[in-house]
Amino acid sequence: MKAVITVLGKDTVGILAKVSTECAAVGVNILEVTQSVLQGMFAMIMFVDISGCTVPFENLVDSLTETGENMGVKIHVMHEDIFNAMHKI
Amino acid sequence: MINSHDILETINMIDNENLDVRTITMGISLLDCIDDNIDIACKKVYDKICRYAEKLVKTGEDISKEYGIPIIHKRIAVTPIAMLAAACPTMSPVKFAKALDTAANTVGVNFVGGYSALVHKGFAQGDYALIESIPEALSVTEKVCSSVNIGSTKAGINMDAVAKMGKVIRKTAELTADRDCIGAAKLVVFCNAPEDNPFMAGAFHGVGEPDCVINVGVSGPGVVRAALAKAGDCNITEVADIVKKTAFKITRMGQLVAKEASKRLSVPFGIVDLSLAPTPAIGDSVAYILEEMGLEQCGAHGTTACLALLNDAVKKGGVMASSHVGGLSGAFIPVTEDAGMIAAARSKALSITKLEAMTAVCSVGLDMIAIPGDTSAEIISGIIADEAAIGMVNSKTTAVRLIPAINKKAGEELNFGGLLGSGPIMDINPKSPAKFISRGGRIPAPMQSLKN
Repeated sequence: MKAVITVLGKDTVGILAKVSTECAAVGVNILEVTQSVLQGMFAMIMFVDISGCTVPFENLVDSLTETGENMGVKIHVMHEDIFNAMHKI
Repeated sequence: MINSHDILETINMIDNENLDVRTITMGISLLDCIDDNIDIACKKVYDKICRYAEKLVKTGEDISKEYGIPIIHKRIAVTPIAMLAAACPTMSPVKFAKALDTAANTVGVNFVGGYSALVHKGFAQGDYALIESIPEALSVTEKVCSSVNIGSTKAGINMDAVAKMGKVIRKTAELTADRDCIGAAKLVVFCNAPEDNPFMAGAFHGVGEPDCVINVGVSGPGVVRAALAKAGDCNITEVADIVKKTAFKITRMGQLVAKEASKRLSVPFGIVDLSLAPTPAIGDSVAYILEEMGLEQCGAHGTTACLALLNDAVKKGGVMASSHVGGLSGAFIPVTEDAGMIAAARSKALSITKLEAMTAVCSVGLDMIAIPGDTSAEIISGIIADEAAIGMVNSKTTAVRLIPAINKKAGEELNFGGLLGSGPIMDINPKSPAKFISRGGRIPAPMQSLKN
């Protein structure tokens, strides 16, 4: 199963490192990363494979959301099907 | 590969534009709970609901977390209770209401609909007793919703039931006068009631439905408004296209949730209700969409035309996004639940007569309207009859959910809190239709009913 992690907010040092470390710790494999910084606003989109994830998906969502809050950015972790459903026929 | 623009668009819709799935409603048939001993019947009702809906709330929460979509309500709709009450004619059906309320609390849903009777052609055993018991049932329970179908395109309008419901609505408000008359906010009178509607207060599980079914109601007025705002000065054809495209995306999300819920609960998927359901939250208003189309305020001349376009475009966009569409499907215009409608009613831009015209082109009817506390039962019946006539002739669902604000007059406010919102008490025409209402009988079905 694949998921999409998005990080939105003010650019700060170490966002990518922090999120990817957390993913690695629970066996989440990062497949692709795109990111842009526009006028200090940071937008990162990560495609990840969570089939090897060692913790329940809800826990991953909770811990990354919390990480985001601590860093002052908004992190969403969502199943990829939601985007496929809404944007592809 | 998913485009990053699409991802950010979805997240923006959820974070900033109030996109959500409004409700996952589990329909449960209670026909196998019928018993001539009301206590045994109530126990069967309680047990069956708890058994079937045990995992409903948890499943909704899991899906919400996994897909990152807020799912606001988990609810239950049951077989019209009048059918169960028919088997125990000497007992008050209020016991059923209490059993439903207890079951709702046990499984954690926020409403259970189906304290209902279908009397469009006449009263069967159980129907009259149930209708008579509605005021008490809604005052002693918290989560039970009630509806009565008094007319249909096929059957005409049962004017005896119309007369009765005027009294029942008043009595319900009186019995809950200490709680801002909230009982009446949980009671709907329908013409052409759909059997698979997931929305409250009018949800019930029709007799043609399977034993158990999952229906989903989507929402997203904020998303539609934002899409129109972004488009700027375009012509009305383009406006319709934008609404369609947005409705498609919203509905696809609803379809995904419905399919997933159905799979996880091992319950067949019924329908997705293609709806724009507002909440009192700022930015989640249907009235604001109409204003975005170019009206100074909702209620201005032109409102009915804008609403007709909106209602139609929502259906056209949604219908391809879902394999089964049903329920009410369209834009809702509940006054106290919509920030823009509340503002329009307060400033008197929106009147009850304009709302009546709007109901001819929206998905339901006169919904969540507070009226002066001294309004007579006959006038309420007159409003019901007018609304039912619009539904009957246009082969559409219409409904009336009025809240007589006991001991208050026009201009004052009622406040229910939460999703039911608040709003001003609206002026009504005080001339009496008493003689018309007292005639009783049945308005014959119109020519439109003879399609065979």
